[in-house]
Amino acid sequence: MSRFMPRTFWQWVFAALMALAAYATYIRIFYGLGGSTNLSDEFPWGIWVGFDILCGVGLAAGGFTLAAIVHIFNIEEFKPVVRPAILTAFLGYVLVVVALMFDLGQPHRVWHPLVHWNPRSVMFEVGWCVTLYTTVLFLEFLPVVLERLGLKKARRVLRGVMLPIIIMGVILSTLHQSSLGSLYLIANGKLNTLWYTPLLPVLFYISAIAVGLAMTIFESWHSSKAFGRELEWPLIQKLSRALAVVIAVYLTMRFLDLSRRGAWAALEDPGWESRLFVLEIMLTAVPMLLLFREKTRQNPHTMYVAVTMFLFGFVVNRLNIAVTGMERAAGVAYIPKWTEVVITLAIVAAGFAIFALAAKHLPIFEPAHGSEQEAEGAPNGVQPAATPGD
Amino acid sequence: MAKAVLYDSVLCVGCRLCEAACAEKWKLPYTDEIAEAEKTSAQKLTTVTTHGERFSRKLCMHCIDPACASVCPVAAFEKTAAGPVVYHKDLCMGCRYCLMACPFQVPSYEWNARLPYVKKCDMCAERVSFGGVTHCSEACPFEATITGERDEVIEIAKQRIEASPDDYHPAIYGMQEVGGTSVLMIGAVPFEELNMPVGLPKEALPDFTWAALKYVPDVVVLGTVLMGGVYWITHRREEVAAAEGGQQ
Repeated sequence: MSRFMPRTFWQWVFAALMALAAYATYIRIFYGLGGSTNLSDEFPWGIWVGFDILCGVGLAAGGFTLAAIVHIFNIEEFKPVVRPAILTAFLGYVLVVVALMFDLGQPHRVWHPLVHWNPRSVMFEVGWCVTLYTTVLFLEFLPVVLERLGLKKARRVLRGVMLPIIIMGVILSTLHQSSLGSLYLIANGKLNTLWYTPLLPVLFYISAIAVGLAMTIFESWHSSKAFGRELEWPLIQKLSRALAVVIAVYLTMRFLDLSRRGAWAALEDPGWESRLFVLEIMLTAVPMLLLFREKTRQNPHTMYVAVTMFLFGFVVNRLNIAVTGMERAAGVAYIPKWTEVVITLAIVAAGFAIFALAAKHLPIFEPAHGSEQEAEGAPNGVQPAATPGD
Repeated sequence: MAKAVLYDSVLCVGCRLCEAACAEKWKLPYTDEIAEAEKTSAQKLTTVTTHGERFSRKLCMHCIDPACASVCPVAAFEKTAAGPVVYHKDLCMGCRYCLMACPFQVPSYEWNARLPYVKKCDMCAERVSFGGVTHCSEACPFEATITGERDEVIEIAKQRIEASPDDYHPAIYGMQEVGGTSVLMIGAVPFEELNMPVGLPKEALPDFTWAALKYVPDVVVLGTVLMGGVYWITHRREEVAAAEGGQQ
C-alpha cells in the first residue's frame, strides 16, 4: 500500500485534487448538470465545452502536425519528437471523451451520432472525426506498445498499413480542428463580432497547427526536466521558428478579417469583450515577436516563457469564443461552479500523470534505432528513413 | 400546406389562459408564482411577457429552416411538413447545441434531472398536423393567438394592420427573420419593445454552417491526393537508395 501513498508536495496536491474530483463527479451524477454547473437555458455551454473540448482537442494537434512533418513531408530530423506528440494527442483525445461524458446530459448515448445521422450538423461531423481519429491515434501509438512487448511480427504488419492511416489522421484532423470553429458559425447574431467570422474554421485550423507545435516544444522542455534527458535543442529551435511563422500567418489573417468586416469598431464598446480581446491578441502577438528574436530562441528559458505565453493566448482565444463572446447575447453572466473547475483541473492533472507514467514505462523517448532496428532494418543495409509507424 | 400561428399583441390582454392551456397539455404544474415569473423553462414552455401596458408572448417560433434541427448531431429535431418543429427525445444525447444555436433562446433543459431532456413548444403537432389548432389558440378568448395556414394567417395579419393602421406597427415579425418562421407576430410597436430579437440575419442560420460544412468531401479528396503526392515526392530518395542497394 505504501508505494501508492503520496510523498512529495505535488503528489499531495494531486491526491487532494482527485479526491475533490471524485466528490464533484458524485454531485454531477446524482444532482445533474444543474447541481454541478452554473449553466442555464441562456448559457448552455460552459468551460467543459470551452476548455475541456475546444482547448483539449486543439492542444492535442501536435499529433497530426508532427506525423505530417515527419511521415508525409519526410523531414526526418523531427523524428525524436513524433512519439511524444502522438502520445500527447492520444491522451488528449481520450481525456476529451472523458470530459464529454461529464458534459453530455445523456452520456450513455454518446454513440448515437454514429447511428442516427444528421449530415447537416457540424457536431455530427466532429463526432465522427473524433471517433475515427482517436482510433487512428491508437493505431499510430500501437507500434510503441508492440515494441515494448517485443511483438515484432505484429509491428511489421502494422507498418504495412501505416501510410494510409497517417494520411487519414491528417485529413480527419484538418476536418474536425476546423469544424470546432464551424460550430460557432450558427451563432450569427449571438457571438460577438470581434470573434464571429465566416473564417472561423480556417482560423481554428491554423491556430491548431500553431498550438500543436507549441505543445511539442512545451512537453519536450518538461520531459527533459522530468527525466533528466538532453533537450532536442536544434530541433526545438527549428520548431520555434515554424511556430513564429504560423502565428504570423494566423494573426495576419485575423487582422485582415477584422478590417474587412469593419469589426475593429467593436473595440470601442465598453465591457469585458474588448479587454479580453486585447489580452488574447497580446498573448498571441508578444510570444510571436519574442520567437522572431534570435536571442529568445537561443535560450531555453526565454523560449519556454514565449511558448507558454502562446499556449495561454490560445486558451484565452477559445474561451473568448465559448464564453466571453457569447455572454452579452445570452443576457446572463457565466462564472463556472467549483465543480466545473475541479473536474477540468483533474482532467488536466490526469493527463500529466498518465503521460509521465507512459514515458517511464514505454519507449517514448528512446530513439527508434538500436538492437531492434538492426533486426528489422531495411534490406541491403539501407537505413529506412522515417518509416511510418516509428 | 404548412400551418402557422399568429400572435397579435394588440388584441392580447395578458389573461394568460394560453399559458394555463399549455401547462395542462404538457401536464406541468401551473401556479401563480410560475405565471408571474414570465420566463420560459422546462416547467413552462410558453409565457406572456408584460411591457408597460402591452403584452408579448414567447414560444418556439418554428423556423422554416430551424437552427436546432440543423445542428443536432442525432437529428432529434424535425421540421415536419405540417409546420411544427418536433423533438424526438429518444435520440437526444444531451449536447445542448440546440440551446446554443437557437436565435430565439427557446429550448429549455431539465437542468436538475439526472438524465435530462430538452423541452420546448411543439406547436401541438399532435393536433395541428391533423388540421386542428394549438391549445393556446383554442384557449385565447380574443383571437390574439390563432392557428391556420401560413398564407392565410399572413393575410389576416395584413388585414388587421390595414384596417387600423394607427394601432399597428406596419410589419409582421417572422416573415424574414432567419429565413422565416411558422409563428408570426404583429403589434403596436417595433418588435424590440416586445422582447423580440431584431437585426437577425434574413438568411436561414443553417446556411452559415453549411457554407463551411459543404467543403468536407472536397477536403477529403484533395487532402488524400495532396498528402499522397507529397509522400511520393519526398520519399523518392529511399526508392533510389533501395534500387541502388539492390544492384550492388
